[in-house]
Amino acid sequence: MKIYLKIWRQKNANSKGSMVDYTLEGVEEDMSFLEMLDVLNEELISKGEEPVEFDHDCREGICGTCSLMINGRPHGPESRITVCQLHMRSFNDGDTIVIEPWRAKAFPVIKDLIVDRTSFDRIQQAGGYISVNTSGRPVDANAIPIEKEMADNSFAAATCIGCGACVAACKNASAMLFTAAKVSQFALLPQGQVEAADRVQNMVQQMDLEGFGNCTNTGACEVECPKGISLENIARMNREYLSATVKG
Amino acid sequence: MAVLDSKVPSGPLADKWTKHKNEIDLVNPANKRNIDIIVVGTGLAGGSAAATLAELGYNVKTFCYQDSPRRAHSIAAQGGVNAAKNYQGDGDSVYRLFYDTIKGGDYRSREGNVYRLAEVSTNIIDQCVAQGVPFAREYGGLLDNRSFGGVLVSRTFYAKGQTGQQLLLGAYAAMNRQIQRGKIKSYTRHEMLDLVLVDGKARGIIARNLVTGEIERHGAHAVVLATGGYGNLFFLSTYCMGANVMAAWKAHKKGAFFANPCFTQIHPTCIPVSGDHQSKLTLMSESLRNDGRIWVPKKLEDAQAIREGRLKPTELAEEDRDYYLERRYPAFGNLVPRDVASRAAKERCDAGYGVNKTGEAVYLDFSAAIMRYGREKALTSGMKNPDDATVRKLGEEIVEAKYGNLFQMYEKIVDQNPYKTPMMIYPAVHYTMGGLWVDYNLMTTIPGCYAAGEANFSDHGANRLGASALMQGLADGYFVLPYTIGDYLSDDIRTGPIATDSPEFDEAERNVTDRIQKLMSANGIHSVDHYHKRLGKIMWNKCGMARNAKELKEAIGEIAELRKDFWENVKVPGSADAKNQELEKAGRVADFLELGELFAMDALHRNESCGGHFREEYQTEEGEALRDDEHFKYAAAWEYRGDPSKSELHKEDLVYENIELKTRSYK
Repeated sequence: MKIYLKIWRQKNANSKGSMVDYTLEGVEEDMSFLEMLDVLNEELISKGEEPVEFDHDCREGICGTCSLMINGRPHGPESRITVCQLHMRSFNDGDTIVIEPWRAKAFPVIKDLIVDRTSFDRIQQAGGYISVNTSGRPVDANAIPIEKEMADNSFAAATCIGCGACVAACKNASAMLFTAAKVSQFALLPQGQVEAADRVQNMVQQMDLEGFGNCTNTGACEVECPKGISLENIARMNREYLSATVKG
Repeated sequence: MAVLDSKVPSGPLADKWTKHKNEIDLVNPANKRNIDIIVVGTGLAGGSAAATLAELGYNVKTFCYQDSPRRAHSIAAQGGVNAAKNYQGDGDSVYRLFYDTIKGGDYRSREGNVYRLAEVSTNIIDQCVAQGVPFAREYGGLLDNRSFGGVLVSRTFYAKGQTGQQLLLGAYAAMNRQIQRGKIKSYTRHEMLDLVLVDGKARGIIARNLVTGEIERHGAHAVVLATGGYGNLFFLSTYCMGANVMAAWKAHKKGAFFANPCFTQIHPTCIPVSGDHQSKLTLMSESLRNDGRIWVPKKLEDAQAIREGRLKPTELAEEDRDYYLERRYPAFGNLVPRDVASRAAKERCDAGYGVNKTGEAVYLDFSAAIMRYGREKALTSGMKNPDDATVRKLGEEIVEAKYGNLFQMYEKIVDQNPYKTPMMIYPAVHYTMGGLWVDYNLMTTIPGCYAAGEANFSDHGANRLGASALMQGLADGYFVLPYTIGDYLSDDIRTGPIATDSPEFDEAERNVTDRIQKLMSANGIHSVDHYHKRLGKIMWNKCGMARNAKELKEAIGEIAELRKDFWENVKVPGSADAKNQELEKAGRVADFLELGELFAMDALHRNESCGGHFREEYQTEEGEALRDDEHFKYAAAWEYRGDPSKSELHKEDLVYENIELKTRSYK
């Protein structure tokens, strides 16, 4: 396959970026999208040009590092996968593919397609945990039975990989789905109840401080989430937030 | 020759750890505030160690090359974590977990360490549940278990196919709590480039800020390396792209012995290689072997017809299929340990029975399980005489609930539906049992330098059992290292902060910048990946699943030559004082090119077959591994002497006081 690429190039956080055109021949269908970029980079290196920098690590859809906007969609045209799981068989010979970084005020570009997502870490640091020390002597794991459905729902929320596709997909660059997933994981478990009120308030406050936008319930985040994190989590977080603030 | 003191406490096996904890020195809480610890790597071992050390009151700095601690590759572990809880009442115990692990490791690990691992395994589950890790549960609300290779009980706790993710997010959350309290300072997008020794003790590191290219000095009273394994030496592996040996290798060059480098795990169930462009391999969890049956065609002509696309696997009659694991190992069947399953797959493919285009794949088939589950479901739903299509549909739903995300991952990569046609799998490099030599306290041969998790060599011998890596990483990080490190640090309560303007830091930083300069100024002919792929080919072909003296000797020469070529001709574009992924890769590959040679030397010197190390010269008539306990019942710890080829071998004899050494049999 022959592919025409339009890729965002930006030297560093302070410089102005622009779209640059590349043509790549010999692309095979069973290449992953990132392997296609590897091939492009090999070509650029051999021509003495600087390769395109992009974030990636596990290349199996779980670490949440890869983060490309492909033809205007986070993680590309297929649903429920990350870029590293996308294969070139999803494209046709002669296609033009536009590749950009996540665009959000709270995700500044570091270089080319790489953005800074440490704002996500700071939201988690604000309360995304249960305050229990490592003692080796907590209660036995089976001492508190947890209804299977609750445990499964908590797990489903906890499968968020923190990639930021929800923010990139949102016209307001809101991080509600990301924040709500963590709040939900703990809100659904008995272990999470003790700190529930503080958790939701602190995490939401940090989310606002980082400059993420507001949620206007368009649901684009859920559609583009590679892990299918449900909008129900946002509803749950709103309930948690309301009850926390009413309680004071 | 220096004597390797394992420091395993004396006394009965079951009392060793308790006795040790009672006898080692402690640091009082007020003094902990004056002690700094660096933790490199934030996976299960590093993340859990950092969180616990900070809880105890130490000042912790963590370093990871990823943009967030949450992205360490522990996150990709799928299947589960073992613990001797015996919730299933199937006769499990601490002793049985200990015994299975020693046997699974082919009697090449330390009794004391492994017993401790089994002992603290139960604490891990309690701890993680308390942290809100959402493990799978049964309808009664209690924790569910499943079975893994090499054992006859169900002791594996899991969270669908994302157990590593959930455990790592638990450790990350524990870290976040300490970051918020100011007890952990987290340095992300930072890479450790050297270890700094002052008066023979580990006193800090030199790190590179991967965003700005700035070289930084960080002092501490102790340095913990939790930097994972070195399987990317093979280029193609199930590791993440950034996994590297740099931190461990730098420590090795500064005096930390490297133990059993040739003990590598080749995991049997990975998605086969599809072409030359391939950048990494994807694992299909071992948990699939609970329900999947592994087979190849019985007849060569059928295998050929399948390879050429003339025959579909689903068309092959039951009697024309060779379920070779069930045939060779009736007692354990498809759940034999990984090394055994991998070699058996290679044996069949080498004999011409492989089923993909390149002949390097076998089938993992769920059709029997789908029908079995479907019939059970039909019965419990009160259906009378359901037809096959209904049974199949019900069965597929159950299999989806168990392994849905794995099946989806397979389908996305291979573009085939594994509910309808068997998966194709082939072994791939997955884990390294070898690593930095550590004593019972997890300290390397450099005072104050510790190694935890996959980075050390301690618990898995020559082969790791499934669901044991998560167990070891968390055992080291949550329950072992935070206490043993106090014994060493109790001498440091009056030391005061470690200054980073000393000549030792000057020199280490100079060496780091010189090396970067050298990488940037080579002739610039071939890319870093070019060398990495060539190294990988040598490793896979000559140091892979089956090894022999002739090829290992060739590998040693070829790797040394490739290393020379690399330093002369590698091409690193861009600049050193900015974000530069090629420079990052170059530094990592340079270290692999040294480790590769030591790896082959270690494999060459070990004239026996054990665990993942299979020497063709040493096998039984049936093709099983032939161990030599008389000559090789030791951990091989290599000391760096200026060049990998000059490395000096030290032996730690493995003493078995409680277990009788037997030929490992899964028949």
